[in-house]
Amino acid sequence: MKTILRYFRKYVPETVLAPLFKFMEATLELLVPLVIASIIDRGIPEGDKAFILSRGGILAAFAVVGLALAITAQYFSARSAIGVCADIRASLLDKIQSLSYGRLDSIGVSTLVTRMTSDVNTLQTGINLTLRLLLRSPFVVFGAMIVAFTIDAKCALIFAGVIAVLLVIVFGILLTAIPRHRGVQKALDGVTSSARENLTGVRVLRAFLQEETEIKEFEGRTRRLEKLQLAVGRISAALNPATLVAVNIAVIVLIHTGALRVDAGTLTQGQVVALYNLLSQILVELVKMANLVITIAKAAACGARVSAVLRLENGETDGSSIPDEAAPRGLIEFADVSFSYENAGAPSVAGVSFTARPGSVIGVIGGTGSGKTTLVNLIAGFYRATVGSVHFDGIDIAEFDPAALRSRVSVVPQKAVLLSGTIRENLEMGRPGAGEEEMLCALETAQALDFVQSREKGLDEPVLRAGGNFSGGQKQRLAIARALMKPCEVLILDDSTSALDYATEAKLRAALASRESAPTTFIVSQRAASIRNADLIIVLDEGRPVGIGRHGELIKNCAVYREIYRTQFRGDDGEGAAS
Amino acid sequence: MKKSLPAKKPAVRAKNSRAVIKKLIVRLRAHRAAAIASLLLSVVSVALTLLIPVLVGRGIDCIKEAGRVDFPSLRPILIGVGACAALAAAANYLMGLVNNRITYGVVRSLRNEAFSHIQRMPLSALDPRPVGETVSRLIADADQLADGLLLGFSQLFTGVMTIVGTLAFMLSIDPLIAAAVVLLSPLSLLMASFIAKRTYKSFLDQAVVRGEATSLADEYITEQKLIRAFGYEPTAKKRFGAVNERLRRHSVRATFLSSLTNPTTRFVNSLIYAGVAVLGALSVIGGGLTVGGLSAFLSYANQYTKPFNEISGVVAELQGALACAERLFELIEAPEQVPDPDPALEPEAGDGSVEFKNVDFSYTPERELIRDFSLSVKNGQRVAIVGPTGCGKTTLINLIMRFYDTDGGEIRLGGVNTRAMTRAALRSRFGMVLQETWLRAGTVRENIAMGRPDATDEEVIAAAKAVHAHAFISRLPQGYDTVLGESGGTLSQGQRQLLCIARVMLALPPALILDEATSSIDTRTELIVQDAFARLMKGRTSFIVAHRLSTIRDADVILVMRDGHIIEKGNHDELMKKGGFYRELYETQFAK
Repeated sequence: MKTILRYFRKYVPETVLAPLFKFMEATLELLVPLVIASIIDRGIPEGDKAFILSRGGILAAFAVVGLALAITAQYFSARSAIGVCADIRASLLDKIQSLSYGRLDSIGVSTLVTRMTSDVNTLQTGINLTLRLLLRSPFVVFGAMIVAFTIDAKCALIFAGVIAVLLVIVFGILLTAIPRHRGVQKALDGVTSSARENLTGVRVLRAFLQEETEIKEFEGRTRRLEKLQLAVGRISAALNPATLVAVNIAVIVLIHTGALRVDAGTLTQGQVVALYNLLSQILVELVKMANLVITIAKAAACGARVSAVLRLENGETDGSSIPDEAAPRGLIEFADVSFSYENAGAPSVAGVSFTARPGSVIGVIGGTGSGKTTLVNLIAGFYRATVGSVHFDGIDIAEFDPAALRSRVSVVPQKAVLLSGTIRENLEMGRPGAGEEEMLCALETAQALDFVQSREKGLDEPVLRAGGNFSGGQKQRLAIARALMKPCEVLILDDSTSALDYATEAKLRAALASRESAPTTFIVSQRAASIRNADLIIVLDEGRPVGIGRHGELIKNCAVYREIYRTQFRGDDGEGAAS
Repeated sequence: MKKSLPAKKPAVRAKNSRAVIKKLIVRLRAHRAAAIASLLLSVVSVALTLLIPVLVGRGIDCIKEAGRVDFPSLRPILIGVGACAALAAAANYLMGLVNNRITYGVVRSLRNEAFSHIQRMPLSALDPRPVGETVSRLIADADQLADGLLLGFSQLFTGVMTIVGTLAFMLSIDPLIAAAVVLLSPLSLLMASFIAKRTYKSFLDQAVVRGEATSLADEYITEQKLIRAFGYEPTAKKRFGAVNERLRRHSVRATFLSSLTNPTTRFVNSLIYAGVAVLGALSVIGGGLTVGGLSAFLSYANQYTKPFNEISGVVAELQGALACAERLFELIEAPEQVPDPDPALEPEAGDGSVEFKNVDFSYTPERELIRDFSLSVKNGQRVAIVGPTGCGKTTLINLIMRFYDTDGGEIRLGGVNTRAMTRAALRSRFGMVLQETWLRAGTVRENIAMGRPDATDEEVIAAAKAVHAHAFISRLPQGYDTVLGESGGTLSQGQRQLLCIARVMLALPPALILDEATSSIDTRTELIVQDAFARLMKGRTSFIVAHRLSTIRDADVILVMRDGHIIEKGNHDELMKKGGFYRELYETQFAK
């Protein structure tokens, strides 16, 4: 909760004023029974109609002022609750953007999305209701008790008793319900990820005629959700009846005690009516509070889930070193590097050592799951070596300032992903404020110029979520253009031409090679043709480097490389090409 | 000619809450018995609760002044109060249980209805919808609907009951004052509905912006790694900040407007209370009422107005719920795909011949893609489709599998128009491996057995072995029982692709579609997979989209596509001899 409370700092006036105005409104309500008592004890016995009318006037005035106070309170309350939650949403994004890759992998996307959306929404409703109504309830309850004391101390003790009992009931139910609400939320998460998975995999699911199975699974999850909701409901539903019983027992005791006191001459009939009215107000207030408690309990559960994300450790401590002017630009050194993913058995990359000189081209080749992507992810600092060290421009990546590091590396990921927006906006990711000229140039190098220009709006062509309106190959080329836009010391092409035909890929390679000042370039590929002209080729097999050298050397010394090469270049051993 | 793309809807539709309510009521019918029980329980609970102030009023009349208290009459009255309270509480609790059952039941079946509807929506309708937005309808909107419905049930029923009951009691005590109350109270309702009408629109606006924010948050979280790689965090923050700010503005407006209902109705009620106090007191002086009667009346004035408060509060909440329900119904009522024909034709079991006859197709009417395309593939033939990226190869597969329907012409499988058979019959004859490897959250075993859930462990392992996935699966922490997370967890693209291939291998369909199936597998593995595929493809019609020419050299027919047209057709040798576009493509593969 503390984590959430911090966000109120910006909204102190609103957060204070909302309940304050509510308090003032409630005070007026508490005075009403006293006015009624004076009508019964003075106006009626004396038959004083003018007095009765004047008291009626006071009650009407209370109503007008109360309206103004309440509206003001609602306004501040809305501003505070919504402002706080908007800030929390922004902070959540910041937090998520600072989590390490390992953390992101282990938490999972869908729960983060739920927390940032529906959980925050529920929290917002909860805060709003708390400010507007929940804080008011204890005030009215205790205020009624104080007013009761001014009337008759002995009867007021009944008030104290019933309030204590009611608090036990309310909080007892609240505390029992909250942990169960968490279970409900978890089940809801399950429904969410089931729906999301179905939508993202719709083609495969339909191809495998899985519609019915999917429906059955989804229904299973909603049924489970309903079961948990009902279980919580059984607890929450006890609130109203329990309070009703408690208050009416108090009414019975009150009337009985009142009768004795009136008989003894220490109380008047009007005062008994006033006390009874105050007790009714307490009941009304507590019933309201009881209903709120259900909503607030939900909101609190959501708030806990939200603050759990906000409190997450980023996973890695960031370094702060930045290379000085004299440092090399684009020098990568691996010293006996091994890496295992969290919870994984075997390391994905083991015992890799090599040096990539600035401006050189490094090819990484190997079988599926041989650790190629993992290797290049270590260069970009996305993950950190478990054993050994990776140095970038002479600085250990673990000590490198992450922002500075990423500004030096440009990546084309294996799975080409575009962000929704326009082509231009995607390209601007690489270089904010870039000019049209630069974009066209990058698109041309990436062999994407033709199809971009054939689109109706050219650079301003909209890009749907995940680049849905572009084919796989087009996405890859746009992703390459985006990476080319970014000024960098190291460029990583992670198997990023797999959806391109050979002709296009060859043109792309030629265009890349003909650029004037080339960064150190890592090319991960399945195709020997893509990397055989590299200055250094790293051959991986199940995470281990089985060959590091130039094409000519590897074809002689490395059996794995030779095999890859032969399967692709039938009958041509490529000897001639290597020299 | 039928167009499967839905007509564009106007941005702001005339939002019709009455229609939404009608649809909700239809769904409530299944819970008729429970609804009646809820109603009866609320009658019992309300009647007993209302009896209490009358009893208390009588009790107060027993307490005149010092020395004039009627204890013998007071005692049975107080026992009555206790009995009423106990019974009312019991009825109230049961009603709560019933209401929960109804609400959560309705929302569950709505969610299920929406979900199974999605399974029947054409991809042309699903593809343009952002996943996050659809998920938000299924989850957040349905949730808010549940909240609204629950409030509606627990407070609307009781509210109305209380009003009716109170009126009856008041009329029995003093018709004149009761009449005054009745005349004033509609004011409260009028104001509530006045505000609600104005609130509805801003709730709708809020829901729209909220959907946008959800979609953006979803995207930024899903693509977090990409964002990180490009140092895009500040821009992502800015863009989300802008939507967040808009959401804040709309929410403040919607929330504030809706929260006006309560104070306004309370204001009217306070005026009524004052009126009752004055009129009642005057009536006591005139001898028409006792002080206990006045006390009961004042309680009623409170209780009578309270439901108005609640009802108007509920109305505001319901506005929000209705806006959500409307979005949910919009999804449920989105046009379904053209239903399967009935009776449907079955293509002959052994016949896997496929024929395209003058097929026309485009995703958007403005951009023509495939025009007058014809092709005849004999049973068991292997068709390779090659061509530059974006030339329409994937589209061809969308059409064969009927993910999209053709605009003109027809496609025949085994001599039967694919539209004359069920989609299930059509799709069960094809095994498909797509460019984007998709695995479901579940175990490796479940993923492989997707096409044949009844497969034995031995069969699953045999399929994995056949595509050389067995080795890496065995190395996973729990082997075949390893649970894959969202989008395949930590498996590499190639490993995921192997699983996708194993999935088809196990299902043994009569025809195959392989879209870029081997793009992420290294050539060593590919060679082995090719071998397995070759055995699988024997006697089976297959369509292979691949860029690796080595994989298609053995094809019976090679289709060379460009801009949606087939520009060359023939086997490898013929096409090489011809010296056209294919030869050019082939030779660039070995370009240095």
